[in-house]
Formats: sequence, structure tokens, C-alpha cells
Amino acid sequence: MGIKPIKPGEIRRIVLDEAKRAHVGHIASALSIVEIIAVLYTDILRIPSPSAPERDRFVLSKGHAALALYAALALRGFITRETLATYCDDDSMLGVHPEHELAGVDFTTGSLGHGLSFAVGSALAARLEGSKRRVYALLSDAECNEGSVWEAASFAAHHQLSNLTAIIDCNGQQALGMTAEILRMEPLVDRWQAFGWHAVATNGHDTDAIREAFAESATRDTPCVIVAHTLAGKGVSFMERQVAWHYLPMTDEQHRAAIAEISGNQ
Amino acid sequence: MRKSFARALEMLAREDDRILLLTADLGFGVLDDFARTYPQRFFNVGVAEANMIGLATGLAEAGYIPFMYSIATFATLRPYEQLRNGPILHRLPARLVGIGGGFEYGTNGLTHAALEDFGAMRLQPNMQIVVPADDAQVYNALVATYDLPHPVYYRISKREGLALPGLDGRFRLGRIETILNGDDALILTIGAISDEALAAAQLLQDEGIRTTVAVISSLNPAPTDDLADLLARHTTVISVEAHYVNGGLGSMVAELIAERGIDCRLRRCGVSQPPGAITGSEELLNARHGIDRTNIAQLLREILDQ
Repeated sequence: MGIKPIKPGEIRRIVLDEAKRAHVGHIASALSIVEIIAVLYTDILRIPSPSAPERDRFVLSKGHAALALYAALALRGFITRETLATYCDDDSMLGVHPEHELAGVDFTTGSLGHGLSFAVGSALAARLEGSKRRVYALLSDAECNEGSVWEAASFAAHHQLSNLTAIIDCNGQQALGMTAEILRMEPLVDRWQAFGWHAVATNGHDTDAIREAFAESATRDTPCVIVAHTLAGKGVSFMERQVAWHYLPMTDEQHRAAIAEISGNQ
Repeated sequence: MRKSFARALEMLAREDDRILLLTADLGFGVLDDFARTYPQRFFNVGVAEANMIGLATGLAEAGYIPFMYSIATFATLRPYEQLRNGPILHRLPARLVGIGGGFEYGTNGLTHAALEDFGAMRLQPNMQIVVPADDAQVYNALVATYDLPHPVYYRISKREGLALPGLDGRFRLGRIETILNGDDALILTIGAISDEALAAAQLLQDEGIRTTVAVISSLNPAPTDDLADLLARHTTVISVEAHYVNGGLGSMVAELIAERGIDCRLRRCGVSQPPGAITGSEELLNARHGIDRTNIAQLLREILDQ
């Protein structure tokens, strides 16, 4: 498609640098979706321009990870590096959660459990128009606590919306603890299958595996869900699977250590 | 009024293929014609209002004009946040249709009594609110507003065969329609309860009290200029609504009087207490909650005697 491949490490670096500069949290949530976003914005989403009516649609239903999305939008050239560098500044459109008025953001999110319905409506619109565009929605596993997710799942399956792929960032954590202890959602694959979706589990940090799962989802005649097993805070060992990093901002020292670690791993 | 609404929608759908109709499994006998004529544009989404609003947001983003149909309480209150974060904040032309204002669902009980629907909608600045008073007006109101750029809430009466004398189906966005003229007091009314307000005016007229009755069907945009003109010509005003007294028509009028410093006295006639366990017809419940013709007339007499 002539797009310069986005490396997960590039997104990870932007997430750490911008979160540090803005002194905000939600870092671990953004780090856990880095590979998924890199694959989507390199290989999957067909976006000739952010306002092209026939572009594929993407809903970041777990809006609190918007920084990873902004990084991809900047790496794809949909927003400038200067715009990216306004993250969480006064007068910026780049808040902690994404706003649809920003180029490249199709829907405003930030309240969990709403995005899949947007995506289902968007997929239904594409079908009604006879359009080939596809719709992708990225949810979190804890977001599946919300009942409205399952209303949307039921509708999509009933209407066989095969142009819709959902990805669950299954990092096993939520704001105040581990998902398994707060409100168990497993077995997620079985649940989605029971709702009539084609569901597969994959390693959410293996870009080849993610790419393959997306490619396969486009061949099905039902909506598909990819349950992507991830680590919150992936790539920064002191953040990985640490609930506190859902909210904490970094100190200078933590930022230096995080950058050193991801640089060593690149 | 539902049938007139459905006829208008079907007529508009013939002209404009952007129109879709979603229902959360309600509309027995009302939506059948649309569903038969446009099976590809009709979706029963099941008993799932939250998802219906999200669906409509996705559809509207792609250029459709989706209508979402349910009972007024379920349409506005269950998915309030989805409405806010969906069509309202995305500024998309989704249409919410809430059936049955006030106590129109009578014996169905308090879950079905819509007493805060348009008040809740009025909190949202770019949610247009249309509350037609009779069958002819709902038809014209729909024609006039179906393709507005912003979301619209329609509160549609469950009663059929409504024809408010003097209204003649007139509807203008952001304007008032006056159906009776008199100098002694001003009665402002909204929606299907307008027939009770007019009946109260007629009771008073028999006693020699002459009132102006003005129908507000466009609650947002509010008819502020028309209203200010009318209020300036009266010292005694009552608002009548099948809704809680706070948040709806009476509140809008009170805000305008205060902000413009208009010299008149307003009493708000609406429902002041939550419905209790006693069930009954709309007529009984309207009377118990003080919004029938007898109570409206009595309230006005009391103010005029003070």
C-alpha cells in the first residue's frame, strides 16, 4: 500500500515521551495496544485520507489509550509532529481520550462500552451502501463488563456484519485490580462465540500473529473478534502487570529507565 | 398522533433515501407500513436502547438520518449518556422519537410515565426538541425538521385523533403558535396536554375571564423572541405541561422572564411529585397531579384573585 511501516518501538517511544512531557498517566493501557495499533495503521486500515468517505473506520473504544492512537496518526502523517507535541496542553485537541474533531479520529470515546455500538452502526451503514469499507473496534477486556457491549455484539451477529472486526486488548487488568478478581470475563473467546461471533485468541504483542488474525477476519461471513492477550505496560518491566500504572505519571528517573529499556529492546 | 407521525415519516422516506427507522421492539401496529414498504431501511434492534443510540451514531456518521423509536422514558433516560456522547456531542442528525408524554400510558404504571424526558433533553444545548400538540402538527413538524443538521428529540403523543382547535397544524421551529386571544392572563402550553389547557381557557371564558393560549412545540430552539413579546403584554402567566414542573416548559419561561427582566408573574402547572402506587387512566392521573382542565382553571382563578 506504499505506507512506511510503523514500528511498535516508534509508538512506544512517543507514548513514553509524550506522557512524560504532559505528566499524565494511562501509560500502561497505551503500551499494551502498541503492536495492535502498529499493525492496524500499517497493514490493515485503508485510509487514503482521514476525511475520505470510503475509508475504513476505526473506533478506539478503550479511549483512555488514545496516546498510542495519536502516535500512529502522527507516524502516518494524518497529524503533524507539532500537533502531537501538544498532547494534553491547554488549547490542544489531543486530550487523554480521543475527540472526533481531530483528523484521523472517527468517533469520540472515553466512556467504556459505547464504541462497539458506533462500530456496528458504521458497519451497517457500509453494508446498506454496498461499500467494501471495513470497520474495526478496539475494546479492553474490562470494558466487556459493560452490558451495552453485549447488546452490540448480539446485533452484529444477528445481522451477520462480516465487515466488522473487534479486537479485545486482553491485558487482564482494570483500574483497581485484576479483571479475574474484580469481574471475571473469561472465557472470553467462548463468550463471543456464544454470541455468534467468530472468535480467535492471539498474542497481542506478536505483529505477525495479529496481522494474520486480521487477514483471516476479513474472510469470514460473520463478525469476528480477536482476543489479543497482552501485558499492560508492555516493554517497560517495572510497569508490566502493575495496576498502579493505569493512573501514575512517570518521574524523570522512571522515564529515563523506561526509555533505556525500550531502546535496548528495539 | 403516532399514526400521523408514521405517515409523515413514510412520505419523507419516499423522497429521501437517507432516512432509516430503528425501533427498540416497540410500535406495534404503528410502524408496520414503514417496515413493509422499506424492509431494508427498517431495523428492530431488540430491547436494547443503549445499542440503538450507538448504532444510529454510526449510521449518521456515514450520512444516514436514523430515527430511533421507543416509549419516551426508555428512549430518553435509559441511554442518556449514549445520546450525549453519541449524536449530541458528535453533532449528528440522529432522531429520537419518544412515545407517550406524561401519564399517557396510564395503567402501565410509573415506569412508563414520561415526566422528565424533554427536561433532560433540554440540558443538552444542541439537542433540538419538538413536542407537537396534535396530529396535523406532528406531520408538519416532522417535514420541517427531519433534515436539521443536529439531533432532534420528538415527544409524540400516544393518543390518536388529536385536533387542537385554532392550531390548524401550524409549526415553525423556534416560534410560538397562538390559538386563543384574551387579555386577562396568558396560558403557555406544550404537547398533547394543550387540549386540557385550551379546555381550561374555555371554562374560564364562560366565567368572563379571557385568556391567551399559546402553544410551544419547539422547546429547543426556544421561541424566546415570540415569548418575550407575549410575556411583555401579560402580567399573569401560567405554563402547562405533562412533565415535572422543573426542567421543562415552565423552567424555560421562568429563565426568560428573569433574564430579560420581564414584569409578569409566572405559575408553573406541572407534576410536582413522583407518581405513587395508585394506577388509573391518564384522565385520573392528570387530575390527581393537577394538570387537567379543572385544576388548570382553578390555579388561574387563584392567581387572578390574589
